[in-house]
Amino acid sequence: MTEQAILAARRPALEMRCRVISALRAFLDRQGFLEVQTPVLTAAPAPELHIDAVPAGGSGFLITSPELYMKRLMAAGYERICQFTPVFRAGERGRRHHPEFALLEWYRLGSDYTALQEDCRGLLRAACGAAGRLAGWSHGGHFLDVEAEWQHLTVREAFSRFAGWEPHDPLDEDRFDLDMVEKVEPQLGYPAPCILSDYPASQAALARLSPRDPAVAERFELYWAGVELANGFSELTDPREQRERFEAVIRERRRRGRPVTPLPLEFLESLSHLTPCAGIALGVDRLVMLLASADHIDQVVAFPPEVVT
Amino acid sequence: MGSTLTAGELRKGLKLEIDGDPYLIVDFEFSKPGKGQALYRCRLRNMINGTQFDRTYRSGDKFTAADLEEQEMQFLYRQGDAFHFMNNTTYEQYELSQDQVGDAVNFLTENLAVSSLLYQGRPIGITLPNFVELRVVQADPGIKGDTAAGATKPVTMETGYVVQVPLFIEEGELLKLDTRTGNYVERVKS
Repeated sequence: MTEQAILAARRPALEMRCRVISALRAFLDRQGFLEVQTPVLTAAPAPELHIDAVPAGGSGFLITSPELYMKRLMAAGYERICQFTPVFRAGERGRRHHPEFALLEWYRLGSDYTALQEDCRGLLRAACGAAGRLAGWSHGGHFLDVEAEWQHLTVREAFSRFAGWEPHDPLDEDRFDLDMVEKVEPQLGYPAPCILSDYPASQAALARLSPRDPAVAERFELYWAGVELANGFSELTDPREQRERFEAVIRERRRRGRPVTPLPLEFLESLSHLTPCAGIALGVDRLVMLLASADHIDQVVAFPPEVVT
Repeated sequence: MGSTLTAGELRKGLKLEIDGDPYLIVDFEFSKPGKGQALYRCRLRNMINGTQFDRTYRSGDKFTAADLEEQEMQFLYRQGDAFHFMNNTTYEQYELSQDQVGDAVNFLTENLAVSSLLYQGRPIGITLPNFVELRVVQADPGIKGDTAAGATKPVTMETGYVVQVPLFIEEGELLKLDTRTGNYVERVKS
């Protein structure tokens, strides 16, 4: 097929993508969110054990997420902000992964992760409306229906039900990741989306630990049809603990011979002004994939990545 | 020894050496759970005995590319369950078992040119040309008056292979067969 033929065949998916993004934006606007635009080029992305930033020449990197800049805005007293942005993660390429992909990220001041779960319900309903999927549809041999009752499982419940064991610290990370991918994820989110919450503390990233049970973090993932759509949490606002977590990640990356990025000092500085809030990032391409019944992420973007990072 | 590969280089169609055997990646999926590590889920097929298994690899894992080479060969003769081939350029001779030859046995005639996959210098299988010409050694006469469109009858080819052909085919004729489907294509005028 010629490029013109490929792009022409992709038009229905791109039109649906446009309608879905408009609906998500309109929903957040009605909820009083301020849409912002923060830098894509940064000096110090958030250190993450399993995410590699793409170097951008000089001493810069492309953002792996807009999280740090958005929290700096929250620390200045913004109550509700949202952003649509491309983000970049080296080496991630598969049926559901592009090294450059579209995130919708949003934050709520004075809320915890349960408020974000409500946002997810509203947003997914709005997206289904825009895509003509409110009455449900068939995808990959399954019926999906946003109006059916949403599944809500803790990580502990999901693992004991689908993998036959309960994760606890110290966590066997290899076994956790493997069973998550092979046994747990494929069971989540039929026919309605599923909220998988309360991750082991070691998988907290930038989430705060639960005041009720410090063995788990107030973090959840949104799944639908086995696909991870969003990752949200009650934000960690303790600068000292955040710095320790970053430093531990950098040490571990060095030990594994992975490239490291500088500590995000301005972000750590701003954390002392951040009051309790919650934030979440949703993969726009994957949501459109489900709604368009596409089985490959390439089918819902005009130009799949050409370079392998 | 084949070259060393990292997990990031795995993809569908790649051939790896595992526990001394060559494996083909027949299905591949990149996964990354939440904030977790990158995982590379593979379905692997043993290129010698055809057995399949699923395995998930991690980013630190290292692999050896299978040392495979394709060569043009000629079928010489069959002796019991042993099939003898000769490399057309080096004149080196190789022996394959009936298992390794598989369904190709239906189409092998003396001097047929095939391509052979060698693993560490030993042949592990052959690929036939898409079309071969074989002679009919046994055919019942077509029933007179049966003019139903598309009517067929079985005939036996010189290799012992039985194939469905149109009613007008007679004993001694040369037929063109498609080795991928095993089907009759046309009569060869000789």
